[in-house]
Amino acid sequence: MGNILAFCEFDGGSLRASALSNLTFARQAAAAHGGQVVALLIGAGAAAAGAAAAAYAPTVVTVEHADLGHYLAETYAPIVARLAGEHGATVVCATATSVGKDLLPRVAALLDAGMASDIARMDAANQFTRPILAGNASATIEVSTPIVVVTVRQSEFPQAEPAGAAGTVTAAEAGAIDAKGARIDRIESQQSDRPELTSAKVVVAGGRGMGNGDNFKVLEELADLLGAAMGASRAATDAGMVPADWQVGQTGKIVAPDLYFAVAISGAIQHLAGMKGSKTIVAINKDPEAPIFQVADYGVVTTWEKAMPELIEEIKKVKASR
Amino acid sequence: MKILVPIKRVPDPELKVKLKDGTIDLAGASWVVNTFDEYAVETALRLRENAATGESLGEVVVVTIGPDDAGQQLRSALAMGADRAIRIDGEDKALDSRVVAAVLAKVVEAEQPDLVVMGKQAVDGDANQVGQMLAGRLGWPQATFAATVELAADKGSITVGREVDAGVEYKTIALPGVVTVDLRVVAPTSVKNNVTPADHSYGTGEGGPRYASLKGIMAAKKKPMDHKAISDYGVDATAATRELSVALPPARAAGQKVADIPTLVAKLVDEAKAL
Repeated sequence: MGNILAFCEFDGGSLRASALSNLTFARQAAAAHGGQVVALLIGAGAAAAGAAAAAYAPTVVTVEHADLGHYLAETYAPIVARLAGEHGATVVCATATSVGKDLLPRVAALLDAGMASDIARMDAANQFTRPILAGNASATIEVSTPIVVVTVRQSEFPQAEPAGAAGTVTAAEAGAIDAKGARIDRIESQQSDRPELTSAKVVVAGGRGMGNGDNFKVLEELADLLGAAMGASRAATDAGMVPADWQVGQTGKIVAPDLYFAVAISGAIQHLAGMKGSKTIVAINKDPEAPIFQVADYGVVTTWEKAMPELIEEIKKVKASR
Repeated sequence: MKILVPIKRVPDPELKVKLKDGTIDLAGASWVVNTFDEYAVETALRLRENAATGESLGEVVVVTIGPDDAGQQLRSALAMGADRAIRIDGEDKALDSRVVAAVLAKVVEAEQPDLVVMGKQAVDGDANQVGQMLAGRLGWPQATFAATVELAADKGSITVGREVDAGVEYKTIALPGVVTVDLRVVAPTSVKNNVTPADHSYGTGEGGPRYASLKGIMAAKKKPMDHKAISDYGVDATAATRELSVALPPARAAGQKVADIPTLVAKLVDEAKAL
């Protein structure tokens, strides 16, 4: 018997798509542990988003404080660890976003708990399967500490649907807040109207072969036609063609959309590790030997300059015919 | 300033993964320094040197937990320019992140570094845990996934450009603290220490870790390498995480090359039903 403390990220008054994947795992874990899901929201606006979270979990705990405005592992981890104890949690989980990956190991240390990172599947109460070796193998592991800390791979867990009855929302004290001398100076982000890369149904990605950032405009035209997110290989982001947060791969974002376009991407192992879970993969590359063709469902050997205008025209025709 | 760099040896990530008896076949594996840890060594060296004069401004200590053979990876780091090494006896199979972080916390207590720099994850287990766990155990601040690092002139704090989902977050932590590095940290101007001239460039293009010179390799043979046991640090080495089995992912069915874009779109509509 134990409860599942699910750390949930939110944006404005609602849960992020990544949090809904975490809640899907949390429900599975609750069934296996014979407990209940406790959704935890920390930070400015937690109380407002907590009301939305109550549609998904029987218990929602929110923590707001003037000094918790921006996420810091140093201030958030002690709160998560303390609430894990107060709510009788045997599992503490989050999605493996940049916040979840930063926060949960620190929480595990405070709880002296074992941890399973970036899991793709729960096999039994404390057994999980997760990719290793850049996705070239998957390991099933067992964690034997009384509390188990888990981060879940968003693309492997569908978004939770609302539960039948709304849960209760309670506000918890922040307790003593100590940033340990850490602070956020600024965040440089790209504003975009496109869907989030990690939850988009369609992704259009370009590689080094695009030559420069201006050339990505034709990919963005396709993306906007399909309501897709933009992605890129590490070679393209490292060369400064496009923002670093577009990077798909082992060290970037892991995506598994219904449809993935890889344009002028050769297909290095570390890129494949980030997208080979996609349902349908299309590769456009002028090099017939490019490794990307080994994972692509459909490949066209041609230049992007020739392919892209034609592709956009053909898709417009399909859309017009419906 | 004293910088501690924990490193891990991993099977060469360029080589094909093979299974034997339900686990990774490591017989005859070729071992290398984990890529991210090699980049951490490079980061530490850039932080503690004046690149214009070659002057050393402190000490870089590398530590690993591994069998006798893992001394080779420590020697590689010494050949790059680290000053001293510690090898703590241990076998990968018997360790997990929790135990490693507990041992490293004791090493930190003994060595009293101003900064710990390490890779954000090992490219074999891909767990991405130890740096954060170490910082948590020590009660130190952490700056993970560093793409850029700048040491304050008074060496009292370090500012890290972190690659996060929303973009790049600049986080400053007071020292002592833990920094874990991402791949871009070895770009030519990613690391600044306010001693090396600000316009100094480490190489060109994507940059990279430095190669060991012949002189460096010779010098590494004479540098001190301590040998310890986990029990020397009074840590319970019982791993809480156990590998039950390993499988290779199903190969994707071979795809097809199509002649032209109209054929592609037709197949995406009719066959894949993806449009």
